[in-house]
Amino acid sequence: MHSKKPFYILVALLFIAGIAASVYRGIEHNVPFLPGEQVQSWAVDAKVSFQGTGNPAEVTFSLPKDPAFEILVENATSPGYGMSVTDGDVGRQVTWSTREAIGQQDLYYKVTLVPTGKNEILADSEPDAPQAYNWPATELAAAEQVMSEIWSRSATNLSFAQQLNKSFNATERSQNLELLLTSNSRADLFIRMLNSKGIPAKKVSGLFLEDQRRRQQLTTYVEVYHQGQWIIFNPNDGSQGRPDNLLIWDRTAKSTLDVVGGVNSQVNFSMLQDTRSALATSIDMLKNKDALDFSLYQLPLEEQSLFKGILLIPIGVLMVVFLRVIIGIKTSGTFMPVLIALAFIQTTLLTGLVGFLLIVAFGLMIRSYLSDLNLLLISRISAVIIVVIGIIGLFTLLSYKFGLSEGLTITFFPMIILAWTIERMSILWEEEGAKEVMVQGGGSLFVATLAYLAMSAHWVQHWVFNFLGIHLVILAVVLLMGQYTGYKLLELRRFRPLAGE
Amino acid sequence: MLFAKPRRLTENGVLGMNKRNIDYIGRYNQRKFYKRVDDKLTTKQLALANDIAVPALIGTVCQQHEIMHIPEMVNNRDGFVIKPSQGSGGKGILVITKVENGHYFKPNGHEVTPSEIDRHISNILSGLFSLGGKPDVAIVEGLIEFDPVFDGYSFEGVPDIRLIVFKGFPVMGMLRLSTAASDGKANLHQGAVGVGLDIGTGQGLHAVQFDRPLDLHPDTDKKLTEILVPHWDTLLHTASKAYEMSELGYLGTDMVLDQKLGPLLLELNARPGLAIQIANGQGLLPRLKHVEQMKNKSMSVEERVAYAKTHFSSLPSA
Repeated sequence: MHSKKPFYILVALLFIAGIAASVYRGIEHNVPFLPGEQVQSWAVDAKVSFQGTGNPAEVTFSLPKDPAFEILVENATSPGYGMSVTDGDVGRQVTWSTREAIGQQDLYYKVTLVPTGKNEILADSEPDAPQAYNWPATELAAAEQVMSEIWSRSATNLSFAQQLNKSFNATERSQNLELLLTSNSRADLFIRMLNSKGIPAKKVSGLFLEDQRRRQQLTTYVEVYHQGQWIIFNPNDGSQGRPDNLLIWDRTAKSTLDVVGGVNSQVNFSMLQDTRSALATSIDMLKNKDALDFSLYQLPLEEQSLFKGILLIPIGVLMVVFLRVIIGIKTSGTFMPVLIALAFIQTTLLTGLVGFLLIVAFGLMIRSYLSDLNLLLISRISAVIIVVIGIIGLFTLLSYKFGLSEGLTITFFPMIILAWTIERMSILWEEEGAKEVMVQGGGSLFVATLAYLAMSAHWVQHWVFNFLGIHLVILAVVLLMGQYTGYKLLELRRFRPLAGE
Repeated sequence: MLFAKPRRLTENGVLGMNKRNIDYIGRYNQRKFYKRVDDKLTTKQLALANDIAVPALIGTVCQQHEIMHIPEMVNNRDGFVIKPSQGSGGKGILVITKVENGHYFKPNGHEVTPSEIDRHISNILSGLFSLGGKPDVAIVEGLIEFDPVFDGYSFEGVPDIRLIVFKGFPVMGMLRLSTAASDGKANLHQGAVGVGLDIGTGQGLHAVQFDRPLDLHPDTDKKLTEILVPHWDTLLHTASKAYEMSELGYLGTDMVLDQKLGPLLLELNARPGLAIQIANGQGLLPRLKHVEQMKNKSMSVEERVAYAKTHFSSLPSA
């Protein structure tokens, strides 16, 4: 007798692989664990406008690149303009160009964004030490004083930035600071002081996302490097850290909009909040990334819907194995209930049950006539198949005439299976009587109903199609049940006289 | 209490279906030997080669057109049995006990018309009764003139003796008596009565119908535990010999007692049912484990029978 260890290791591996694949899919690909989950999305429109001077015009506009928001769809409309999107060292940007721009010009960029929850801005690499700012002679002494005073009150780069930010927004600022702020903007001064102390810091522009806002402008922030992360500061109000609804539009520290060959350029933003299905969103995102690895969504729609049905079969099979091995219910034909359950999915349960009983009852009646004809088995079965098709056709027509649209779904029943069921039931009836027919037929319908209930649950359908790893888990469970040597539930009843009670 | 506690059943050594399939059938019955028992014609030929007595073979029907030879085949006989060679669970067995002027009658007196017999054989040939619907062969056998010792115990049918043989040791026995409910068939799930038999003596121990204990035969009201099966030693030897013949470790042997020929081997079963435990009021597991733990590998048929009689008997030896 060989060891069962390899078997249990295999089962454990299947189980772990299945769970791990599902969790990976849920967390890494944002596939929702429950069906019908919703996510918020933002539709942001940027309108770039300028006055053309009649000369060739070239407009360069930075595009958002923010780990906290994933871009679902983006497009730029610009009739009469050539357009190209580049993603390089200077960040993502769109360039519109035209030979001749006269009068008011409007260019649009639309983007749909989904929050990812990754609010930290991680640095790809250690930034270079910044160049110290050359203070003008009039400011040098004041700046030195402010910096050294704050330096003495801080311990780290971060706390220096915090203290600096605080003193910028103190109710009573030092005279030195007031002097410096007359000739420098807050953000500029903030960055210059940090840079003078060798702390990497740069300007970023962000957009506050608020539902149904129009004509919004970008706000300037400062990001300060600290231990592998960029921390957002707002020297204008003294706050630190990024608000959830802040979309960082441009981190290049260069101007967001450059217009050559135009005047009075400006950009306005309008935005709208929207809810959409989490599943559809994650599929769109995967498509954008071209990362549909091992997802059935790569298949054409027709094959997808085919697979939606096929992938339910393991659930039905699992149900049959459980009910037969652990519970001990008798069915006619091992997996016939699964096929009936698949048909129930198309017909819905009640219509399916009624339809099934009608077809089998009619079939049995006609079969009892056929049995008098003394036919060979193969031609008898064939005759039953044709009769079953006839019955299905008849019921479909009748229900259509009576306006019962449910009756039309009866065509989804697998005819060959029905024919064999009728044949088996008929033999069973002759051999063992009506009672056994009821037991086995009832058992089959019971198993089919349970399998249907399992297969028609929305979250089951969601899981088997979106988390393919779950099939490995089912396989592991089926293998495990194949090793079950304990009593079946119904055996506990059957062997009751042997319990010695 | 609708359900027994699993622990109580384990304590009493009751063998469940899953455990039987995995730990006994799966482990001791090699697939390649199954055909020796699944095909009754092969079993019959093997038995004859091994000097085991079987019911007389009248003929076989392998092709549709041979069906018409049935009347001449059974000519001058009072009765006969038609069975599928690869049937399971007693399905497809047609017993004719009376032939009068070309009219055939079942044990319950109902007439079977020749065309019904033709259809039955045709069904057998096209595989209706065989596992997986494989084309089959119909066997026509002589009727067994069953031993009158069971008169009053069996209703319209041949009582048969089922012995479970594990690695050559007869471990448990049961007498199956047909009833009105079972339509003359000796299959427990069809309503036959099962009487547990003492391995040492062949004495009736305990009886069940439809998995529930009973004392008296439902049709004849005779006390079932008073049965003493004759030719008990021959039965045990035949069953034990079937192990060498079939090479199946976990085996069910079905035998009948013929008035003139004595015990005849009807068929072998590689997946014998578990109802025998209810009929005996005892679990199989303690005996199976006993045999599994035995060190002495090669014992002759006689030694095995003697060993079984002393170790697996529930009654004080006679």
